[in-house]
Amino acid sequence: MRPLSLLLVVTGAAIGAPLRYLTDRAVQSRHDTVFPWGTFTVNVLGSLILGILTGAAAAGGVSSQVQLAVGTGFCGALTTYSTFSYETLRMFEKDHPRPAVCNVLVSIGAGLLAALLGAAIGQKIWA
Amino acid sequence: MSDVHQGANGRQGRHLQHNPTVLTAVAAGGAIGAAGRYLVGLAWPAAPGAFPVSTLGINVLGCALIGVLMVLVREVWTGHPLAGPFLGTGVLGGFTTFSTYAVDIQRLAVDGHVGIAFLSLAATPVGALLAVWMAAATTRRIARGMTR
Repeated sequence: MRPLSLLLVVTGAAIGAPLRYLTDRAVQSRHDTVFPWGTFTVNVLGSLILGILTGAAAAGGVSSQVQLAVGTGFCGALTTYSTFSYETLRMFEKDHPRPAVCNVLVSIGAGLLAALLGAAIGQKIWA
Repeated sequence: MSDVHQGANGRQGRHLQHNPTVLTAVAAGGAIGAAGRYLVGLAWPAAPGAFPVSTLGINVLGCALIGVLMVLVREVWTGHPLAGPFLGTGVLGGFTTFSTYAVDIQRLAVDGHVGIAFLSLAATPVGALLAVWMAAATTRRIARGMTR
């Protein structure tokens, strides 16, 4: 494991994590509903970006340094499974089972679509 | 606003939204969590076409830990306002990943490994939700048992 690789990951993450925090707070301050739109936004956005990166990498257009910093670091920290699952649990505990189930289905569906779309875009642009 | 950011002092006021201390804590925690995820991925790399075990393991472990953490932050560590942002939003948010999960499935599906793609699609949320639920319930039981 090269120290530079770890540094790239850590740098990307140090940007992605606070961006997730700020985005969540900004989104929730405008849409303070039961449904966790903030986490949904960062998870779908991060999946799109990583999808684009993956598609571009498959077309040979992305260095490993960029993949580490933007993919592993930034997207990995921008998105979260722990907050997603905790928020889902809280909705069940507070007796909102329908938004809870919606959160799971819609987040995964949209995240997957974003990844697919991103990969297609990435491959097209860097082909 | 996500419960995870709240820390132990209940709702943080709007004035804390751009608090540099909180943002630094989130950034530092995120860096640590991401480093952990990267190192785990190096130790257990996923072969192309194979089930992404390290991503699943990371996400399930991270969800178990947030179940423990949030019970502690809300019911036990009631004097540490940075615990949620640093450990929850930061470390565990940086450790776990939704983007890698989504792209793993995309890549498997596109490469024709549809069965494994579906398995990965389903196993992670099931594992993650079971983990957070059981970890929170167990931590709560232990914490209440200790304060009796």
